Amino acid sequence: MAKLLPKRDAVIIGLGWTGSILAQQLTDAGLNVVAIERGPWRDTATDFNIAYMQDELRYAIRKELFLKPSVEAMTMRNTRSQTAMPMRDYGSFLPGDGVGGAGVHWNGHTWRFWSSDFSIHSHLAQRYGAAKMKGLMLQDWGVTWNEIEPSFDKFEYLCGISGKAGNLKGQIVPGGNPFESARSRDYPTPPMKMSYAPTLFAQKVREQGYHPFPTPSANLSTAYVNPLGVRMGQCTYCGFCERFACGNYSKASAQTTILPVLMKKPNFELRTECEVLKVNLSPDGRHAKSVTYIDAKGVEYEQPGDIVVICAYALMNVRMMLLSKIGTQYDPVTGQGTVGRNYCYQTGSGARMFFEGKHFNPFIGAGTLGQTMDDFNGDAFDHGPLDFVGGGGINCIVTNGRPITNRPTAPGSPRWGQGWKKATVEGYNSSMGFSAQGSSYPVRENYLDLDPTYTDRHGRPLLRVTFDFPDNDIRMSHFMSDQLEKIAKPFDAKITTVSRIKKGWDAVPYQSTHNTGGAVMGSDPRTSAVNKYLQSWDVPNVFVVGASGFAHNAGMNPTGTVGALAFWAAEAITTKYIKSPGALVPA
Amino acid sequence: MKRIFLAIAFAAVSTAASAADVGAGRYQSVLGDCEGCHGKNLAGGVELMTPFGKLVAPNITQDKDTGIGNYTAEDFRRAMKEGIAPGGKRLYPAMPYPAYARMSDADIAALWAYFRTIKPVRHVVVVNQLRFPFNLRFMMRGWNMLFFRPAPYVPDVSKSAAWNRGAYIATGPAHCGTCHTPKSFFGADTGLALSGALLQGWFAPDLTGDRDAGLGGWSARDVVEYLKTGRNGHSIASGPMAEVVEHSTANMKDADLQAVAVYLKDMPPSAGNGGGASGVEAQMKSGAGIYRMNCAACHSFNGRGDSVLFPPLAGNALVRQAGAQTLVRVVLAGSKAVATPAAPTGPGMPSFAWKLNDEQVANVLTYIRNNWGNRAPAVSADEVAKIRARHGS
Repeated sequence: MAKLLPKRDAVIIGLGWTGSILAQQLTDAGLNVVAIERGPWRDTATDFNIAYMQDELRYAIRKELFLKPSVEAMTMRNTRSQTAMPMRDYGSFLPGDGVGGAGVHWNGHTWRFWSSDFSIHSHLAQRYGAAKMKGLMLQDWGVTWNEIEPSFDKFEYLCGISGKAGNLKGQIVPGGNPFESARSRDYPTPPMKMSYAPTLFAQKVREQGYHPFPTPSANLSTAYVNPLGVRMGQCTYCGFCERFACGNYSKASAQTTILPVLMKKPNFELRTECEVLKVNLSPDGRHAKSVTYIDAKGVEYEQPGDIVVICAYALMNVRMMLLSKIGTQYDPVTGQGTVGRNYCYQTGSGARMFFEGKHFNPFIGAGTLGQTMDDFNGDAFDHGPLDFVGGGGINCIVTNGRPITNRPTAPGSPRWGQGWKKATVEGYNSSMGFSAQGSSYPVRENYLDLDPTYTDRHGRPLLRVTFDFPDNDIRMSHFMSDQLEKIAKPFDAKITTVSRIKKGWDAVPYQSTHNTGGAVMGSDPRTSAVNKYLQSWDVPNVFVVGASGFAHNAGMNPTGTVGALAFWAAEAITTKYIKSPGALVPA
Repeated sequence: MKRIFLAIAFAAVSTAASAADVGAGRYQSVLGDCEGCHGKNLAGGVELMTPFGKLVAPNITQDKDTGIGNYTAEDFRRAMKEGIAPGGKRLYPAMPYPAYARMSDADIAALWAYFRTIKPVRHVVVVNQLRFPFNLRFMMRGWNMLFFRPAPYVPDVSKSAAWNRGAYIATGPAHCGTCHTPKSFFGADTGLALSGALLQGWFAPDLTGDRDAGLGGWSARDVVEYLKTGRNGHSIASGPMAEVVEHSTANMKDADLQAVAVYLKDMPPSAGNGGGASGVEAQMKSGAGIYRMNCAACHSFNGRGDSVLFPPLAGNALVRQAGAQTLVRVVLAGSKAVATPAAPTGPGMPSFAWKLNDEQVANVLTYIRNNWGNRAPAVSADEVAKIRARHGS
């Protein structure tokens, strides 16, 4: 029998980026908040020791900071006709673990999805006619650009993002991204200093008429004091961001932006190494009473709360809803039900060029040190004559110049022995690459549900992921590969290779941790699990915050939009919900 | 009925009268950093390692059995200003009565009014854990006769009001000299006041006007910013000073911090730190390499640190103290800076004990102490070894 604990105003499940933002905003509004986090406490000086943080074997290969499949695994399949099998190790994507979540080991690309993303269905229907989206479950997000823009601004200023505005209140600013939606002010810190590869990239694509700009970065170009008074250091370009925590206080994370203030608040409490098993509903299923969690000693507790905020990462958010019977499971056959629908991923391809006589020094790097062009992203280009919708940002980023995994070799090089060693030495410093981060659009057959066979250590069903790259996205991605080839030509490299995506998503090689959807936001309770404020349509005192709310995934990294949604949901709770608890949008 | 009314009226008046005292007294406890030794709830228990053994700060809540609930106002005044508790029991000067003796009776009375409102906490503390013969309290009679010159603070009319207020706070309630003034073999103040001293394995830095080790390079504004926020462009508070900032100086009134700054900035320079190291080319060369590999990412190649987060090492007086004990400890054990409402980050430096051996620590510190215009005595591997052994890292 679980021990019953005193009630709190709000219970937050997971203390990563979204949980920290929600906890900060809700405690500021005077609520008494407890956050329950499955993983350990982690802090910069003690856990992200600058003296050994760049241990590639420990962190990148043995993945010390990531979720272990023994704690929570998932099952995978490409189509409904297959039997999903559990992942023995996380590969294609690497969910975070512990305080700070995946925000600890991210690269720091901090994008704003565009106005045309939030109203994607209306936008594409108006420009091309609804038939253009045939076979896709594209839908508007229920929130408009003007509503959400201030939340992007809050997240960027919390993090101190380094970048250059391209569209300031409707005015196109040279050197920034001309395709971004209008922003109310510039980035809080200037762009990072560019090394050779992105400098060359920018020059070559500009000569081709494209519009390169510095990739907006959470690896800070200068020291920064955020609105909470928390201080960050300048990035040292060590190149150990992805899979690593930052030992220099220079990559934005919950640890470097919020926790120093949040942890001192008397109306906030954090319980680590406590795993929430489920959210308990009232008998009619319309109200969340409490959450049940189990601590590291195996003792079960019941924590009542007036508001439950699920901030456990996109995939875990969906599983928590399904395990707790919050909303109805999506059925790909009937199209009924909303929880699990519109699961999307990312559709990547890349180019690598091998030169003679060039020295790129890739050990000078950072997760977001680079240049991007969005000329082929989203609907920045005319899809009229094309047989797909969507696109991708083309990024030239220099990072991960690490000894074990960064061994680019030209095609035809020996695969082992002396010849391979020689080829890696040549390839390391004389090659550069750029890649297309392609959008991922929802289709009926890509979805999330609970696995009928496999369970976790507590006996709960695992999440089952049914996913393959939709035909639309394959066509989009091949178009992007064609563009990469064209863009690469004027570089006059000795050898250029360009990858092309194939049908049959493989869960083993790392691709991207940008899992989105499954509990999408929207204005229609028949096609969305949460309303425009990330509030459950079915259980109005439950808010589900994260990329689970994305109705589709754009050709950009999701964290900027995740952060904005967190501020947006927090604002709805603190300014609307607590004054008048109940559904904020009539169902 | 009438009697009850009168009683209520009287109670209201007496509460109102003491409320001002309580507020003033609470502020005296901020100036005096009572919590620093006696703990957040003042129930004692903080251990002080002295050269003579261990002292544990007593319970000073209003509990009658285990605290000071039986004290009268006069008992309290005597303990604070004369170091004598009821029954003639002699206090040890770890309780800084030599400094508190300079406080005004009015301030002591206000402090007592505040203490009377402290919630009684039952907590038995064995205060005296000193080695023989220092554990014999009567010996303090002799110590007091030899070294204790109780004298109330006398304003210096040739100085400004701010200077006098600063001198009163620094030498009285805030008892800066308890840590920062060198101590004799007998634990009494000796030499130039506030010229730096070793205490509990930390080197409390020189606060005089000396340009190398003291505050000669700090403006009065720098002093105020440091005491208010725990950091400024020169330094960041860690170690025992982090606690002083958190419990005491961060909560002082701005005018008082300004006054302390005026006083400190008027201190004549000390005799210095013993000068720069010479004949240590090999140590400097080795130290430069170690610095690049391990320190430069935060403190930067030019030693200037980071404008808002990491303290500079170039021109940092803390780096140039005569004694390098604090530096050795920070490198070995790491350090967490204070977090204050004005500067909440509290950045930390990780431990390097597992990575750098004694010689490497000595070399990199000698380099840091003698580069970018810094001048201070060299650090030896033996010195590092001793500190490593003592602090178990």
